[in-house]
Amino acid sequence: MDKETKKVLFEPLVDNNPITLQVLGVCSALAVTSQMSTSLIMALALTSVTACSSAAISAVRNHIPGSIRIIVQMIIIASLVIVVDQLLKAFAFDVSKKLSVFVGLIITNCIVMGRAEAYAMKNPPLQSFIDGVGNGLGYSLILIIVAFFRETLGSGKLLGFDVFPLVQDGGWYVPNGMMLLPPSAFFLIGLIIWGFRTWKPKQVEHDEFKIMSISHGEGGHH
Amino acid sequence: MLNAEKKTCKYNEHLCKYYEQFKVYRDKVLALSNDSLEKTVAVALALCLVCAVLVSLATVALRPLQNYNKALDMKKNILDVAGLLADDTDIDGAFKERIEAKIVDLKTGDYVDNIDADEYDQRKAAKDPAQNEVIPVEKDIASIRFKAKYAKIFLVKNGDQLQSIILPVNGYGLWSTMYGFMALDADGQTVQSINLYDQGETPGLGGEVVNPNWRALWKGKKVYSENGEVALGLVKGTVDTSRPDAVYKVDGLAGATLTSRGVSNLVQYWMGAEGFAPYLNKIKSAN
Repeated sequence: MDKETKKVLFEPLVDNNPITLQVLGVCSALAVTSQMSTSLIMALALTSVTACSSAAISAVRNHIPGSIRIIVQMIIIASLVIVVDQLLKAFAFDVSKKLSVFVGLIITNCIVMGRAEAYAMKNPPLQSFIDGVGNGLGYSLILIIVAFFRETLGSGKLLGFDVFPLVQDGGWYVPNGMMLLPPSAFFLIGLIIWGFRTWKPKQVEHDEFKIMSISHGEGGHH
Repeated sequence: MLNAEKKTCKYNEHLCKYYEQFKVYRDKVLALSNDSLEKTVAVALALCLVCAVLVSLATVALRPLQNYNKALDMKKNILDVAGLLADDTDIDGAFKERIEAKIVDLKTGDYVDNIDADEYDQRKAAKDPAQNEVIPVEKDIASIRFKAKYAKIFLVKNGDQLQSIILPVNGYGLWSTMYGFMALDADGQTVQSINLYDQGETPGLGGEVVNPNWRALWKGKKVYSENGEVALGLVKGTVDTSRPDAVYKVDGLAGATLTSRGVSNLVQYWMGAEGFAPYLNKIKSAN
C-alpha cells in the first residue's frame, strides 16, 4: 500500500473522522447504537454503500451535468441502499427487523453524500472507493465505541452476552435506562469529540467571530 | 478493419448492427458538452434505466428468500407463544406437525371454511375496505380503527387433544401499534403466554413487553371473571398476591404507564365481545 492510499484509508479514522470532526451522520449514530449487533451491521451497510457509491459516482464523474449533479448522486446512492436493504432482508432478517427504517435512511446520511460531493467528483474510482471505505470505517469506529458503552451500561450485556449480572436476574448491576435512550449517544459522542480534540489540539475549531468586550463597543454606560 | 468487425460479430447479425449503432450514438452523446440540454436528458435517462434494472433485479431475485424469512419469522412467533420453541427446534417441521390455522368469523364466533387459512393475511385484510370493518370510536378501546371481519387463529394439537388456542391481538401503545399473539388453554379462560412480536415502544421501558421475565408473569392468569366480563389486565407496580382478583392481574411495566395501559386495552378489546368472546364462548360450551 503506498503512502497516499494509506492516508486516504486511515485519515478518516481519527484525524478526519466524519462524525467527530466533520460532525456528519450523527442522526443514525444516535438511533442504532443501543445494541452492538445492530451497530455492526449498520456500520457494514454504511461502509459498503459509501464505498460503492463513491466508486460509481467517480466512474461517471466526467459526464455528470452540473445542473443535475446532486440528483445523479442521490439516484446512485438510493439504488445501492435499496439493494443493501433487500440483501439484509434476505440474509439477515432479524437484524434488518431491528434496523428497520434506518437502513433506508442511509440514503440521507450526510457522510455518503458528503464523500460523493467532496471526493468522488474529483478523484478516480479506485481512490474514491478507498476513501469511501475509510470514511465508513471512521463512522464504524465511533458507532462501535458508542454502542459498547450504551449496551454494557444500559443493559449489562455485550452482543447478547452478560457482562454485568443485572439486579432483575439476581445480580448486582442496576442498568442505566438512560443509556438505552437516544440522548445518551449525544453525551457519548460529545465526550468522544472532546477526547479527540484534547488528544489532537489541531482539530479544535477557531472561533468564527469574537465577542467584543463592552469597553470597545459603542453604546456602553460610562 | 472490416475483418475485425466481422470477428466481434459472433452472435446475431441484427443485434450486432444495433450495437454498432448504439456505439455511434453513445460516442456522440459522450462528446456533447456536459451542460447541454441533450446530454443532461440523456444522462438522466441512462442512469435511471441502469438503476431501475439494478433495483428490480435485486428485489425480484431476493423476493422468494425474503418471503420465506417472513413466513418463518411468523411461525417462530407462533411456536414461541405456544411454548414449543427451543434453540434447536425445526421450525417448519414443528409448525406442520403441531399447529393448525383456522379462520374465525369474529361476529358469530364460527369457523369459516371457504377461506384458505394458509393464504389468508389478517393484517392485510384489516386494511382492505372489502374485508374490514370500521370500529366505532366508542368501542375502539385498543385504538386500532379497523379490524378484519375474519380472524386467523391457530390451534395447537397434541395428538388429537387441543392443547392451546392462539389468538392474534393488536392495539396501540405509546408510540406504535403492537401486534402479538395470546395463547390460551383449551378452556378458553386460562392464559398460557403472550408474545407481542411487533412493537415500537421505548426500548428498555415499554419495549420490555418482550422481556421473557415479564411475559412469564402471564402464565396461569384468567381472562374472564365469574360474571363473564374481561377481567385480565395490568396494574401499576407489582400485583399483591393476597388480592382476591390477583389471578386476573399482571404487573405493569415499570416506567411505561402508557404502554401498560395499551396492553390492558388490547386484552380488553380482543377478549371482549368485539373480539374473540363469541368464539371463546362457543369453545367453552362445547367442552
